[in-house]
Amino acid sequence: MRFDLKINSVLREVDVPPDMPVLWVLRDILGLTGTKYGCGVAQCGACTVHLDGQPVRACLLTVAAAAGHDILTIEAVEHTETGAKVQQAWLDEEVIQCGYCQSGQIMAATALLQQTPQPTDADIDEAMAGNICRCGTYVRIRKAIHKAASHDA
Amino acid sequence: MTRKNLSTSRRALLGAALSGGGGFLLSAFLPGLPLLKASHAQDTATGVVFRPNAFIRITPQGSVTLIMRYAEMGQGIYTGISMLLAEELGVTLDQVSVEAAPADPAYVDSVAGEEETGGSSSTRDSWIPLREAGAAARMMLVSAAAQIWGVPENACQARDGRVFHSASGRSLSYGELAGAATHQPVPAKVSLKPASDFTLIGTSPRRLDTKAKTNGSAKFGIDAQIPGMKIGCIIACPVKGGHLSGYNRAAALAVPGVVDVVTLPDAIAVIGEHMWAAIKGMEAAFPQWEYGPNATTSTADILAQMKKASEQSGVVAVKNGNAQEALKQAHTRIDAVYELPFLAHAPLEPINTTLHIRPDGADVWVGTQVPGRARQEVADATGLRPESIAVHNHLIGGGFGRRLDSNSIGQAARFAKQVPYPVKLIWTREEDITQDQFRPYYYDRISAGLTQDGAISGWHHRTTGSSVTARWYPEGMQNGLDPDAVEGAAQTPYAMPDQLVEFVRDEPDAVTTLWWRGVGPTHNVFVVESMIDELAHQSGQDPLALRKKLAAHQPRALKVLNEVEKESGWGKALPAGHGMGIALHYSFQTWAATVLEVAVEKNGQIRLVQAHTAVDCGPIVFPDGIVAQIQGGLIFGLTMALYNEITLKDGRVEQTNFHNYRMMRLNEAPDIQVHLVSDPDAEIGGIGEVGTVAAAPALANALFAATGKRLRSIPFAKQLGGEKA
Repeated sequence: MRFDLKINSVLREVDVPPDMPVLWVLRDILGLTGTKYGCGVAQCGACTVHLDGQPVRACLLTVAAAAGHDILTIEAVEHTETGAKVQQAWLDEEVIQCGYCQSGQIMAATALLQQTPQPTDADIDEAMAGNICRCGTYVRIRKAIHKAASHDA
Repeated sequence: MTRKNLSTSRRALLGAALSGGGGFLLSAFLPGLPLLKASHAQDTATGVVFRPNAFIRITPQGSVTLIMRYAEMGQGIYTGISMLLAEELGVTLDQVSVEAAPADPAYVDSVAGEEETGGSSSTRDSWIPLREAGAAARMMLVSAAAQIWGVPENACQARDGRVFHSASGRSLSYGELAGAATHQPVPAKVSLKPASDFTLIGTSPRRLDTKAKTNGSAKFGIDAQIPGMKIGCIIACPVKGGHLSGYNRAAALAVPGVVDVVTLPDAIAVIGEHMWAAIKGMEAAFPQWEYGPNATTSTADILAQMKKASEQSGVVAVKNGNAQEALKQAHTRIDAVYELPFLAHAPLEPINTTLHIRPDGADVWVGTQVPGRARQEVADATGLRPESIAVHNHLIGGGFGRRLDSNSIGQAARFAKQVPYPVKLIWTREEDITQDQFRPYYYDRISAGLTQDGAISGWHHRTTGSSVTARWYPEGMQNGLDPDAVEGAAQTPYAMPDQLVEFVRDEPDAVTTLWWRGVGPTHNVFVVESMIDELAHQSGQDPLALRKKLAAHQPRALKVLNEVEKESGWGKALPAGHGMGIALHYSFQTWAATVLEVAVEKNGQIRLVQAHTAVDCGPIVFPDGIVAQIQGGLIFGLTMALYNEITLKDGRVEQTNFHNYRMMRLNEAPDIQVHLVSDPDAEIGGIGEVGTVAAAPALANALFAATGKRLRSIPFAKQLGGEKA
């Protein structure tokens, strides 16, 4: 089936099964491999993208449900003011180790800061608990989110 | 894992040339190679390229490429190794590009004895040889410049990618010198900078790999995109030793986008235009299995066999004095059994391999800790000559030992040789966990005593479990002793005049075992440090004070203990339900002491409050990298100690995904403070696994301090009734 997807402000037409998750459309059809497969069941957050500004798990978001909505992926998050701040804070705090989960972490953190520009630790706990980091970079993720927020102050 | 071959000369590295030189330059331009570029580096080279050794390439256009013999899996090794090379080569990090080494004997780690990233050994094994490789290249560039100018070499200085002749004010860039440097002899002898002259080593520069990891451009193995590539998923028989007995081929091929179904005796792959077609095709294929001899095995069966095996004496690893007699004389005596479960690695990037197998050769795009083994697996699977197989190593989305095994690459090759096109074969998360090769289950019997004065009076530790060494590196066995199985038990920080350590090998038929972060020490330090804690409490002594007393002959142990005592506020009054636990260890040539504070709620819920680790790893290359590895390593180990165990029922692994193989999450992670108290004159130590080793004993000891309950088996959370978050 044909679907019109708006990905990173660009209209893309894809011809795929309607139940195909956006994760595989991004990776295997459109070549946007920054969004990662980790679990396939919305347990790990590695595939987090924004759907109309909300963080969602692309592994369970079907192409049929995503059609007609704005999708933002890690490849274009730098074009948002908050996303660029988060990326910079991630570098400044040297958050990243293997990096496989970090696309999802950055997308989740960006969504948090867009909705809550000055998050408390409790806000961070709630927004980020769905994103697993197997390397254990959590201490620095928290610090980097506070740092990105402080740029707004 | 244990060190392998300490005798090989590192000198050979200085002039190390590539055996497959032709393929080497080509590899830089193949798709999918994780080339990390400096912003102004140029891709194309014309003219003569200066390749003084296997690790450095300088083009006349001025691009400096450092070739990494270790895999970057998050530990920061691309940065650390680049610092060693660049320090002596005389370039800044923003002048270099980094690329992964191909499978080639030139990249053998001579201490490991093969191309391998593991055992917290990369920096240790490179500390001198790769600085020498950088220095040799610099000397050749300086000689070239001196010859061009007709001045003595010692009148020239090299820095920031240029050679200067200050007397005349002239300078030439490394690019300008590349052609002439090629004609200089490789120096037979190099001298290294004194530490006081270091400009990079000991600093914390921006990591070379992290920028690409913030914007989706970093390429992991799973991100390989090859023209004409199809994508498949694999399911192997869920019970080890079983085989495929049937599947619905027509139904699979009827799924839109499915292009092929291929099989092995014990596995099936469905290949499609995309992963979703492969997944849906696999559902339709509905594979059937003949489960074979392990069809009814459960964890209880494996454990019963191990318990029985543990009743017999094992191979002796250490025998000092007379442990049995000393135990009889002991004033305080404890006899205990400690148990550690099978563990999956669960790296966030699941197992995957992309291959293109052709009649005359093959390309393999994969993230591996062992490129040489990967190449051999593909050769064995296809009958191709190893030299015709190019392994393009990628960034690794979590190693932790998982990618020290290459069997999954061989499996992928046996599938890929059945199709003419390039194919990316991915294990689902469920496959990644259930078909993992697990950290062995260990069943440890231990008896220890103290004299009335608080010295150790007898120490008898018998560990029973699978030997990873025997399967993975049989040459490493020492007359039946697996040195890994007793690492951290045979040598402890403590004075033990009467010590007996034994290993009983017991292999479970239904499970394959493998290295897991921290290897032997993650297992044995839990047992030893828990036992020291038990002795302290039973004899009414402060656990930290007892450690100082028993390790009084180890000045570096005392240093890390004193530091962590001070920084953690050891002994201060804590709120009700809180407790502090300590662990001391010497692993991978690094001393570390960790204090963890926990809080246990009335319902048994465990909260990790704060951790302090004091580390002495000898010379420090990349301080922030050390801090990051301790932080991450502790969380990796704490996750395991709280939650993780792999169990079997009817031969199948019961855990399948992150809902039932639980990971620590951000809201559960403690603050972690790392204190570097290194001795720059000591032998350099490893760091990637040090934090993980400390986690379980520090947590067990903290939980005892908080609750009075001694937990002798992992995982802990369910034993306090607080597993549910």
